[in-house]
Amino acid sequence: MKTKNVMIVGVGGQGSLLASKLLGRLLLTKGYDIKVSEVHGMSQRGGSVVTYVRYGDKVYSPIIDRGEADFIVSFELLEAARWTEYLKPDGKVITNTQQINPMPVITGVAKYPEKLAEKMSDAGIDVDAFDALALAEEAGSAKAVNIVLMGRLSNYFDASVDEWMRAIEESVPAKFLEMNKKAFELGRNFG
Amino acid sequence: MKKLMLGNEAVARGLFEAGVSFVSSYPGTPSTEITEAVAKYDEIYAEWAPNEKVAMEAAFGACLAGRRSFCGMKHVGLNVAADPLFTIAYTGVNAGIVIGVADDAGMHSSQNEQDSRHYAMASKIPMLEPSNSAEAIAFTKLAYELSEKFDTPVLLKMCTRVSHSQSVVEPGERVEVKKEYEKNGAKFIMMPGNAKKRHPIVEERTAALTEYAETADFNILEDGADKSIGIITSSTSYQYVKEVFGDKYPVLKLGMVWPLPVKKIQALSGSVDKLVVVEELDGFIEQHCRNIGVEVSGKDVFSCIGEISQNLVAQKFGKETVCGAAVSDEIPARPPVMCAGCPHRGLFYTLAKNKITVMGDIGCYTLGAVPPLSALDSTICMGASISGLHGFNKANEGASDGKTVAVIGDSTFMHSGMTGLVNIAYNGSNSTVIILDNSITGMTGHQQNPTTGYNLKGNPASKIDLETLCRAMGINRVAVVDPYNLAECETVIREELEADEPSVIISRRPCALLKYVKHRKPLVVKTDKCKSCKMCMKIGCPAISMEGGKAKIDATLCTGCGVCEQLCKFDALVGEEE
Repeated sequence: MKTKNVMIVGVGGQGSLLASKLLGRLLLTKGYDIKVSEVHGMSQRGGSVVTYVRYGDKVYSPIIDRGEADFIVSFELLEAARWTEYLKPDGKVITNTQQINPMPVITGVAKYPEKLAEKMSDAGIDVDAFDALALAEEAGSAKAVNIVLMGRLSNYFDASVDEWMRAIEESVPAKFLEMNKKAFELGRNFG
Repeated sequence: MKKLMLGNEAVARGLFEAGVSFVSSYPGTPSTEITEAVAKYDEIYAEWAPNEKVAMEAAFGACLAGRRSFCGMKHVGLNVAADPLFTIAYTGVNAGIVIGVADDAGMHSSQNEQDSRHYAMASKIPMLEPSNSAEAIAFTKLAYELSEKFDTPVLLKMCTRVSHSQSVVEPGERVEVKKEYEKNGAKFIMMPGNAKKRHPIVEERTAALTEYAETADFNILEDGADKSIGIITSSTSYQYVKEVFGDKYPVLKLGMVWPLPVKKIQALSGSVDKLVVVEELDGFIEQHCRNIGVEVSGKDVFSCIGEISQNLVAQKFGKETVCGAAVSDEIPARPPVMCAGCPHRGLFYTLAKNKITVMGDIGCYTLGAVPPLSALDSTICMGASISGLHGFNKANEGASDGKTVAVIGDSTFMHSGMTGLVNIAYNGSNSTVIILDNSITGMTGHQQNPTTGYNLKGNPASKIDLETLCRAMGINRVAVVDPYNLAECETVIREELEADEPSVIISRRPCALLKYVKHRKPLVVKTDKCKSCKMCMKIGCPAISMEGGKAKIDATLCTGCGVCEQLCKFDALVGEEE
């Protein structure tokens, strides 16, 4: 199989490392060659962060370049718009509609663009935008946004719900398992 | 069993399997997780040293004692450890010693993007360079075999993309290695008479390693049908080349980047029309090719600045790449910021407000340079704040004493700030040093250090008393402030700057991200009292924004530190009592 590419983007501290860990576990059980590239260090401090997940028969590069991503899964709306150049022509953006102001917007030197989801659609980008934060809170914790987004992604993925659930069991602490399973289902079945 | 493993965790696994029993490191992105992962193996003694020089010397002592040892650091850490490096290159080893160094092309979390390969050539020791996690395990183990076979320390070079990528590995078993220590002054006492005899041995060793490089199976020639181009590459650049071209062109993948083979490169050169070196940062392999009379292309095509990627390789070889669509709006940058509740914020606000010149250092607090605080004037390397302040004040002959300070974190002060402070006391500059004691090594992700009272494994350890230490080094004025208390910060900073002798201010508050730190409830905004003066916006807190002309606090981020509360003249920001 030709290498497939998933980018997970967001704001440092939003929990994208757990999402990539879950995806990695799932793909490993499917027997793929996998590479997952993470961000550590300074950029984690509230900065724009990106994780690359690549899988296929043989994966060489650890990163995803412009025009290569099959999916961009975004924890935040502005971050989704930041990375769309990395999308394949037939790729898909799955994004939380939550907005987190970056410091230049907070200090007033820049503006947070309005109606970004619509503008991405207008630019010809296939966008699935929804309020993942609300669903995470419904599941029991705002921190479950990552699992809600993975639930959403699962609709487009060649893996059964059972396989996803097993990967979730291996990736989250037991006491949060039920909440995360619910978050996954809410993300998967929303809308 | 197959597992996904981070490159740095794979190095740790390699250390475990190679029978390493001693590891001493100093944290630094992107190298930190090697030693954190090592700490999970009970079979290996592991520690955070105060700095990389101490780590390397300790690892050398362990190797002398007959145990395989390791020290890990980032590229700039190798500068700190360069002194022992160049001389243990002469002594060679008893049991094997490997030095892990992680470069940061693209400067994701560094102050420069120096190329560590120059150190291998300059210190005359071999350097292995894995390109994924499986190789990280294999090359780490191999490094110990080479270290003992060729009687040399071995450098293991990582980079951000190999260190921080997970790929598939199959872990193996551990072998135990132990050698006896025997006194051997001619080999291990490097005074001139002995060192003169060791240097020729070092040169012979490089010649032997060069010969070994010709046939070693980690320098692989992967054949390709199209001989119009041949490519020489290593590390993550190899992955980009294979991503773009697969098996099209012959590719010489170098697993050992020093010393480099001669005949192997000359043979490849003779079999292709054109030879291109694809390597990140400097034209290191390229220069070697030129030195051995092989004509190559390299830095005339690829920049010596920043990282390479698959699209960049494709474009440089004339292949088209695609680019996804984008919205036409300008997307505001999202630079890293000091966290909500960061104890550095109140101190930096006070410094900026009083227009004080601030010599900065390496750590989270470098983010004090970012608007709206914009509180820093310089950042060079670990410890440079204090030594730089001394030179600045001496050169100004007293004119800057009362309005210039150095800021340095607790871990950085332990690393290389102490000697600078001794210089201030000894050579008498009227300087004020602020130690930002947040009780942890923050930026690299919470590592213990000699001031925290805990060691790498989380066990209680001897705790350095900063106040006593500073006094012992000859500083008579040592004050402690709580950086959440703006009035106290202001008073003490003014007092110490006005004082007619050197002083140290310890700004003490644990990092807000530490699990044991208890936070107050988030503040609330009394919108009827908010006059939209935006005073609270001057501290660059990510939890505060303006909405509809009124201050707004993000309750999911606010830790209740109360710094903004003290700035509000209208009592519009309200927190609970402590």
